[in-house]
Amino acid sequence: MKRYICKRLLMMVLTLFIVATLTFFLMKMIPGSPLGNTMKLTKTQQLAVEKQYGLNRPVWQQYLSYMGGLLHGNFGMSYQYTSTSVAELIGRRVGPSILISLQALVLGVVVGIILGSLGALKKGTWVDTTSSTLAVIGISFPSFILAILLQYYLGFKLGLFPVASWDGFPSTVLPMIALSAVPMAQVSRFVRTEMVEVLNSDYILLAKAKGLSTREVVFHHALKNSIIPALTLIGPLAVTLITGSMVVENIFSVPGIGELFINSVLSNDYPVIMGLTMFYCLLLCSIILLTDIVYGLVDPRILSEEKGEH
Amino acid sequence: MATDVLKIKHLSIDFHTMEGEVHAIRDVTLKLHPGEILALVGESGSGKSVTTKAVMQLLPNNAKVVGGSVEYKGKDLLKMPEKELQALRGNELAEIFQDPMTSLDPTMRVGKQIMEPLLKHQKLDRATARQRALTIMEKVGIVNAKQRFNNFPYQFSGGMRQRIVIAMALVCHPKVLIADEPTTALDVTIQSQILALIKQLRDELKTAVIFITHDLGVVAGIADRVAVMYAGRILEFGTVEDIFYHPQHPYTVGLLRSTPTMDMNEGDLESIPGNPPNLINPPAGDPFANRNQHALAIDYQQMPPFFKVSGTHYAATWLLDERAPQVHLTEKLEQRRQHYADRLTKEGSANE
Repeated sequence: MKRYICKRLLMMVLTLFIVATLTFFLMKMIPGSPLGNTMKLTKTQQLAVEKQYGLNRPVWQQYLSYMGGLLHGNFGMSYQYTSTSVAELIGRRVGPSILISLQALVLGVVVGIILGSLGALKKGTWVDTTSSTLAVIGISFPSFILAILLQYYLGFKLGLFPVASWDGFPSTVLPMIALSAVPMAQVSRFVRTEMVEVLNSDYILLAKAKGLSTREVVFHHALKNSIIPALTLIGPLAVTLITGSMVVENIFSVPGIGELFINSVLSNDYPVIMGLTMFYCLLLCSIILLTDIVYGLVDPRILSEEKGEH
Repeated sequence: MATDVLKIKHLSIDFHTMEGEVHAIRDVTLKLHPGEILALVGESGSGKSVTTKAVMQLLPNNAKVVGGSVEYKGKDLLKMPEKELQALRGNELAEIFQDPMTSLDPTMRVGKQIMEPLLKHQKLDRATARQRALTIMEKVGIVNAKQRFNNFPYQFSGGMRQRIVIAMALVCHPKVLIADEPTTALDVTIQSQILALIKQLRDELKTAVIFITHDLGVVAGIADRVAVMYAGRILEFGTVEDIFYHPQHPYTVGLLRSTPTMDMNEGDLESIPGNPPNLINPPAGDPFANRNQHALAIDYQQMPPFFKVSGTHYAATWLLDERAPQVHLTEKLEQRRQHYADRLTKEGSANE
């Protein structure tokens, strides 16, 4: 297990390096310059600013000095928010984003498991149809449209939740629901398929032959076996959530990193773009590694296979 | 004979399929005496498993009981409410499943799986249940039961898993045990160990066993009585001696003749020509008629009743009717038996 984790950590460093390199050069290829208001600056002023940020040097030199900084954990200073380091910016903005993403993930996974299991248990009835319909809507409906609908009906018309503010739990509810649709739908479909298969398995029949009631069969045997494979979904789902949250954060004015990211791209704030990309990448790699480890802990068979390999 | 523990009477079961209603079980009547091992033999699809699934009331959703009853302790299991059935299943009625590789929950420790019926039916506290589970694990031949208790199924070999499945079935000391081909997935050495185990447990616990198999060698080794099933019907039943030494139904004879023997050459293996009938439109008469070289005209028209051969032996074939021509079915079997006897005496004298 230790060896496995070390291997995965090394892979993670390699991934980060590749992503940093690609992003750096792609970013340089975006048209425009960080000096958004060039019109108002004189040529000399422009040159002075460029010099201050090292933008006048050849790209490869900029690349090397940036990577050197990364090695020391230095993400540079923001252009847009003067005298604020990128690390500080991210640190200030990361809380709300993680909060709504986590809430959405938990909500989506829990509701998805319930809907999927119900669908499988009541296969072929209206319960199954409803759960499948919800899943199809959740997958095919873009989260930003859902966000706007929620904002209009629950926020504006009914006034149940704040429309766009950041003030305690109530203001996290709408973004959370909007974001949870996709994980809910995917988990529900996955769990339904797994559960249908598990319910047809010999060990479920044997559990019934032991005299267990339907409830005991489901809770002691069927549920765990259907949910464990769904754990692998959490990694990719976290990816969708993080990317999805950018737009949704903007709609609900959540002061999170999604909003920061969009602003930084619009204003060519190179260090922030880089910093956030690296941050997302690190986050995703960690989540995926974490789900693999958790999967190994929950399903004893995985660990032993790893042991068998080495 | 003491009162029967289980009486299956005129049981008929249909399966709903895309092609139509499959009449999988037709008018099956079986009685199980206390403490006996009754072998249910017949080829795949003859309805052996379905019959026992009806006893456990664990038929698949597309199956429908169209007639008959399954009496246990004077009550019809087919009409019993689910709650009462649950109290019987795993407790007084237990089943050993066929495939040990898929019959255990892969994510639950085996000890816990064995304890489940105890906790459910006998309301024991965990410590006592654990003790009982360990005892039965040792009894079915699991070495180091204490350590193995916390293992997961994937840590066991096929034979060991089957022992665990058996332990689960026996842990509550059932009155009726259904063993659905419990040894098909195992190699011969393990098979004989498992058979000895079932016999030993029957002797100790006085459990009545329905043993499903299509291996006649196994039947000879374990059973007290045998019922031969074909195309959803029982064609002949009797004691092991009745069936092996005086088979009456041509199908039983065919089955016995197609058993391989030790001194057989390749290509000598006999088989019964033809295929079992399609049970969507089952034949009106004896279902084996179209594969039976001695079939009479009436075999195609009317299902024969059970003719009494002896107090323990009955067979459903018109050949036993007094008007039927005399047919010597078992000539080849007797030759084979004679051949064996000769060889044994020869070897015996050679050894001296």
